[in-house]
Amino acid sequence: MNKSHVNWTAIDADPRFRALHRKKARFLWGLMIFSLAYYFLLPVMAAYFRDLFDTRVWGPINVGLLFALSEFAVAWVIAVIYARRANREFDTIAQAIANDAHTIGS
Amino acid sequence: MTAWKKVVAGGIGLGTLLIPASAMAAEAGVGAEHRLLTLAVFGAIIAITLYITYWAATHTHSTAEFYAAGRSVSGMQNGWAIAGDYLSAASFLGIAGLISLYGYDGFMYSVGFLVAYITVLLVIAEPCRNIGKYTLGDILAFRNNPKAAKTVAALSTITVSTFYLIAQMVGGGVLIKTLVGIDYEVSVAVVGVLMLSYVVFGGMKATTWVQIVKAVLLVLASLLLVLFVWAPYGFSLPGFLQGVVGDTKVQAQVAKLLGDSAANMTPEQLGQRFLEPGLLLKNPLDQLSLGLALVLGTAGLPHILMRFFTVPTAQEARKSVIWAMGIIGGFYVLTLFLGMGAATLVGATKIMALDKGGNMAAPLLAQFVGGGPDSLLGNFFLAFVAAVAFATIVAVVAGLVLASASAMAHDIYVGVIRGNHATPAEQVKAARIASVIVGVISIILGILSKGQNVAHLVGLAFAVAASSNLPAVVLTLYWKRCNTTGVVLGMVVGALSAISLVMVSPNMTYPLKVKADTQKVIDAAPAKLEKLQVSLLGAASHPADQAVVQKEITQVEADVARARSDLEKVGHQTTSLVGLEKPLIELKNPGIISIPLGFLMVILGSLLTRDQRAEEMWDELYVRQNTGIHAEGASSL
Repeated sequence: MNKSHVNWTAIDADPRFRALHRKKARFLWGLMIFSLAYYFLLPVMAAYFRDLFDTRVWGPINVGLLFALSEFAVAWVIAVIYARRANREFDTIAQAIANDAHTIGS
Repeated sequence: MTAWKKVVAGGIGLGTLLIPASAMAAEAGVGAEHRLLTLAVFGAIIAITLYITYWAATHTHSTAEFYAAGRSVSGMQNGWAIAGDYLSAASFLGIAGLISLYGYDGFMYSVGFLVAYITVLLVIAEPCRNIGKYTLGDILAFRNNPKAAKTVAALSTITVSTFYLIAQMVGGGVLIKTLVGIDYEVSVAVVGVLMLSYVVFGGMKATTWVQIVKAVLLVLASLLLVLFVWAPYGFSLPGFLQGVVGDTKVQAQVAKLLGDSAANMTPEQLGQRFLEPGLLLKNPLDQLSLGLALVLGTAGLPHILMRFFTVPTAQEARKSVIWAMGIIGGFYVLTLFLGMGAATLVGATKIMALDKGGNMAAPLLAQFVGGGPDSLLGNFFLAFVAAVAFATIVAVVAGLVLASASAMAHDIYVGVIRGNHATPAEQVKAARIASVIVGVISIILGILSKGQNVAHLVGLAFAVAASSNLPAVVLTLYWKRCNTTGVVLGMVVGALSAISLVMVSPNMTYPLKVKADTQKVIDAAPAKLEKLQVSLLGAASHPADQAVVQKEITQVEADVARARSDLEKVGHQTTSLVGLEKPLIELKNPGIISIPLGFLMVILGSLLTRDQRAEEMWDELYVRQNTGIHAEGASSL
């Protein structure tokens, strides 16, 4: 494969690449911001909403413990959501562009 | 009292280990009669890792093989290796210890370590795999001036890795000294020599497989312990926690932590308090700062970044993060049981008798579930867990040395000094020589750091990575206008601000404060001892009570001895390392200031200058990171 044969500017302008970029950007930064916000809820609540965190719901288990455990679940769910979308959608589009890489813009 | 609390509060690292040698003698650790057994278990695990190295060495000839294991590691394998890199002794021993002493707050630490991988997954792993080669410097050199970018990237890599390394070396040395009784200096040298043999002969392939083996052993050991701890409660979570709440040792520990404010609480309330926040973490701003450094710093750790160059494609890189998140998250859920189990079965008093920071909680728990300090099985369990922790340290150090050596050999020597003109054979030779240099330096630093409180170094490594590496990488990957000036400025300012903020923070040793604290311990001792002597006489007819009091007396005497030696160490100094009498800022974790500053400087530097190459290369970089066209292929298929 000769590396000089790829016209990067043309691919960047290709509508399929533009669409991939738009979808990915919105999806990734959205997930990122949500996960950061959810994570920082934990220390903030632990510091300022002690009453809520100390409320017992199931035997000795309180809201704080459940919330901390939910952080694990949420992290895993985000990872799975991302992987599914990337495997099904992003990879397919990227592969199609890569297959045509040497013809786009030439 | 406050002195050790400070130490513990600052420490997420194994570095908190400040073990009074006298306290470990008979209480726990491995008794002399079981030392042979311990050595045998250690020996078996070391033998496995050396066999892996021997096998890997026969497959390591090219640069891609040495730095990136020939890009032939599968996603699942890499996931285990990432978990191995990440579950350092700090998290295995440190977090379990913090939970055993402080309950809920200890558990809160572990959450950030998992969430950090979301940043890695969404922002870093795939683009870096698509455009990178061997190092952080390669990524930054893609559109920026290669020599400038590689130089700052290499310096930052070496800085971050060295901080992390010293903490691990000191932790490893103290661990072996405590459990096996070998001198600290010898222990550090053993860690160093073993790690060097993995890296120099087996390169990334040996390092990866040692990580995998160690991660599997670590998870198995933890699962086994949790099984023992949880089974008596029929695997019921409320049942298990009810047992924790009702435990007198837990209640006593909470009462001790709360001091006067515990006076009006019922035992039940005290136990429940263990499951509520606020026993360890007092300053919310510090916590946010630490959380920010964890969540953003992981993605900037050079030895973690480097792992993504070992897989064949971006898809495998993604898969490896998913695996790593499953393993790391699952492991941290287990630490809840390990810590709480140690709190009830072993008890905070015994854990702290061996190590004030709680790092011995998991090994002691292993000893207990095996049948206790006098049983063969108990000591076998203890030896096994200790050997796994030891393997952990050696493997993590190997990963760090490889990252530093690649920065030195690939970025500085080949990239900058030789202008990328070096034959493959020369490159591998340079890499091996750099590994030896880094390894020897790390052994020396480890020995020099004997007895130092190095706990804050792990936090500092994360903070520098988050303030220096992450802004440079993220903006290089995602912002068209980003250029060389911005990257250099941001990395330098980010790293320096994080380091200098720590230099003026409460993490440093302030002689005046040490003097005041130790003097308090020494002054209070005579009255305490007198009281204990009286109760010793009173308990004359009860040998059991007498033994308890005698133990307390020994403890007080040990405390005084330690206070005296601390006082002596301080000598006539009145100011800290940088000449301060007291901290300039109250923040222990610099992230909340230095991370935004790092980002700001990259942006500012980029906006103030123009760099034609950086802008011209943008299209290629952006297309390549999203499509994987022209990504470095697997070399040994």
